[in-house]
Amino acid sequence: MKRLALGLGLAAVAGAAVAFVATAPSPVAPERLEAISELEGDAQAGETLFWAGGCVSCHAAPEAAGEEQLVLSGGVRLASDFGTFIGPNISPHPEAGIGGWSVAQFANAMLAGVSPDGGHYYPAFPYGSYARMSDQDIADLFAFLGTLPESATASLPHEIPFPFNIRRSLGGWKLLFFSDEPRVALGGDDAQIARGQYLVEGPGHCGECHTPRNALGGFVGDAWLAGAQNPEGEGVIPNLTPGGKSISGWSATDIAYYLESGFTPDFDSVGGSMVKVQKNMARLTSGDREAIAAYLKALPERPNGWE
Amino acid sequence: MKFRTLFAAALIGAAGFAPAIAADEPQVVRQEMMKKNGADVGTLAKMVKGESPFDAAAALAALTEISEVAATFGEHFPEGSETGFETEAAPAIWTDRAGFDAKVAEFKEDADAAVAAAPADLDGLKAVFGPLTQNCGSCHETYRLKKS
Repeated sequence: MKRLALGLGLAAVAGAAVAFVATAPSPVAPERLEAISELEGDAQAGETLFWAGGCVSCHAAPEAAGEEQLVLSGGVRLASDFGTFIGPNISPHPEAGIGGWSVAQFANAMLAGVSPDGGHYYPAFPYGSYARMSDQDIADLFAFLGTLPESATASLPHEIPFPFNIRRSLGGWKLLFFSDEPRVALGGDDAQIARGQYLVEGPGHCGECHTPRNALGGFVGDAWLAGAQNPEGEGVIPNLTPGGKSISGWSATDIAYYLESGFTPDFDSVGGSMVKVQKNMARLTSGDREAIAAYLKALPERPNGWE
Repeated sequence: MKFRTLFAAALIGAAGFAPAIAADEPQVVRQEMMKKNGADVGTLAKMVKGESPFDAAAALAALTEISEVAATFGEHFPEGSETGFETEAAPAIWTDRAGFDAKVAEFKEDADAAVAAAPADLDGLKAVFGPLTQNCGSCHETYRLKKS
């Protein structure tokens, strides 16, 4: 009996040790970080990534408009089933923001969800999408962020209850759900669709809201961009595949015009959280909006993810 | 034969009668008002996009109709009309009525300004079209909820 207890105890310790190792944050490979550090960041090219990535939606001050949006002081509250996340200050302020970061530290945050002190970030920061970004785009975006005004506003702690406040547990989430692979295999080598895929699955992180999630916050399999319950409350996030009625009747031109103007084909307007997203999309080139539309039209049909 | 005719007449009558009841419901009234807005914005957007030629009279008619909708739109959200008839009105309309009323008032103000400007050319229309239609998303961001 005693031996059994000892055996169980040892097994538990061994299991905990395995879990401890498995949930340890794993940063980007040193060779890749080195390669990124050697790149010349182009701030002007980085601005496109900045709007495509929707940084201002969470990192500008709440209700900021126009030029104020470029002050990334943080403070936007993002409610979820796991608690409320509060966008931190990512302005170039050396203490309050990320002004003291190296491009390698930035790459670790964007591509692996690992902070400069080696901890896990919550996936409310959509590194699960940003992980698909290219080395040059990371360097360019970092260069652009460095040109923005500094803000001394202190970041606020997230309001996350137990057990989700144990950051180590995010290692388990990453083990289960983190991937930097393409979300769908579309075949073919259409350059426009490939560009759309990169923007939607990478910096644009459209799937973070438009794909349904399971109870642990991972994407439901085989329902990419099929629409989902609104994570912030009532209502639904539309199905973007040609399988739902949300936008299946829209042409690629209709989709690109919606992203540019906020108008649907029957001149209804954008609403909800998409209002901010659409304003960001309006800053892209028409070529990029057309690429996003081409990719959405090429998606496999899926039934509505919220039903 | 007579029975059949009566039956058909009853069906036609019912078909005509049912929407007549629904049409009085505030949910349906406001949906129709928004559809009218959509049609008018479409008329204007096609001119702005260059898909149809600028027509001063048609533009003013559309702007006037939008301003008429804006004038009474806020009256069609009484207590008890929070749900039903596939409404996409967000609960925030009733929990934050002052905020909603302020949005409708801004919309009305911009619509009246556009009518007063009576655009005489395409540039004139473009100058009022942007400020007017930014009200759509600005209000729908908080007060409209997609359910399908």
